[in-house]
Amino acid sequence: MLLINEPELTKEKIREIIARRAAKEISEGDVVTLGIGIPTDVTNYVPTSMHVMFQSENGFLGVSKNAEDGSKDSRIINAGGIPVEAREGACFYDSQMAFVMMRGGHLDTTILGALQVDEEGSLANWSIPNKLTPGMGGAMDLVVGSKKVIVVMEHTSKGQSKIVKKCDLPLTAYKEVNLIITERCVFQVSKEGMILTEINPIFSIDDIQSSTEADFIVSSNLKNMEI
Amino acid sequence: MKQVLSTKEAIDLVRDGASVMVGGFLNCGVPDKLIDELSDRKISNLTMICNDTSYPNTDKGKLIVNKQVKKLVTTHIGTNPETGRQMNSGELDIELVPMGTFVERIRAKGAGLGGILTQTGIGTIIEENKETMTIDDKKFIFEKPIGADIALIYGTKVDKFGNVSYYGTTRNCNTVMATAADTVVVQADEMVDCIDPNDVIIPGVFVDYIVLNEDN
Repeated sequence: MLLINEPELTKEKIREIIARRAAKEISEGDVVTLGIGIPTDVTNYVPTSMHVMFQSENGFLGVSKNAEDGSKDSRIINAGGIPVEAREGACFYDSQMAFVMMRGGHLDTTILGALQVDEEGSLANWSIPNKLTPGMGGAMDLVVGSKKVIVVMEHTSKGQSKIVKKCDLPLTAYKEVNLIITERCVFQVSKEGMILTEINPIFSIDDIQSSTEADFIVSSNLKNMEI
Repeated sequence: MKQVLSTKEAIDLVRDGASVMVGGFLNCGVPDKLIDELSDRKISNLTMICNDTSYPNTDKGKLIVNKQVKKLVTTHIGTNPETGRQMNSGELDIELVPMGTFVERIRAKGAGLGGILTQTGIGTIIEENKETMTIDDKKFIFEKPIGADIALIYGTKVDKFGNVSYYGTTRNCNTVMATAADTVVVQADEMVDCIDPNDVIIPGVFVDYIVLNEDN
């Protein structure tokens, strides 16, 4: 369904564009949870001078960078099982407290990946039936409990739009997504439907339309994507 | 005073067909010596309740690879391809539970509650065949408690009263599991006479037996 004369981007460039743009959603003092994959790259683009607490569902607030060889401690890991360092002000707690934090509305922002998102803001990211079902882990709790939910993902997969009218994969959550960031554009999910608010200037609105299954409204205030 | 057991004596407490909670998040904070013994003894038909099935050749993952588990209640199996394979082939009965719901269901058992109400899973397959309730215009799913015959948990430091303290991210679901099983065995890295009361994470009242790493 994609137009052949569209600009081509490498996988690395796509990840960078998405992560750079997502980093702009984080503000001073925020408590943020990041999923695995592109969401993890977001930390690379948050200014080091900014005070942000990254939360990990295994019981860790204040996750810093991956631990370097020699200082790796298998007793301090992130939710992906990687030994990490603790930033100033960090704390450890158990799974119960982790999910009180996540489910009770104490997190400002969640940034996570998805297999599909639909125009109502429902997302699917934990199962492709009979093929691959890693499980939901903490994703369902996180998406329901977080004040703001941002999905970051490639716009398409194997030529198919990942932004659909209605998800056909098992849902992670129903109508919880607030913002969708891809390498092509930014969509805001509103009661009126999906609104195209920003576009990567190397793409045209026609490119977005032809690569997006969901219906959307073009914002009267459409801007170039800040990257 | 809590009794200190050898790994072998502790695993004598686990029978074929038992329901077993196993602490740990991936391979962090896992009672690995106890799992190794369970794995060596080929105790099977287990109902295993654990956060994840780790990796194929480590801790909880080994029990899956050895086909010692009949039913699995967990939140994530993506790090162990063998778990997914056994699920798809129908060899293993898996109940996938959202992690927060998993923890709270165990807590409910430990606290003597009849269950919990949560918004997690509304509008997804998690809601199917479950009771729902509307409170202040919000819809909640009713989820039942989860308990077990025995919990095998990890502790960094334990004292002779059974109090447990932790280092780093090793606490994870060990603490809640200590409250929800008929018998609780803690595998600890170190035993001291008395942990400073300010540092105790699991009160000794929840612990039945202690197994020490150095005794193995």
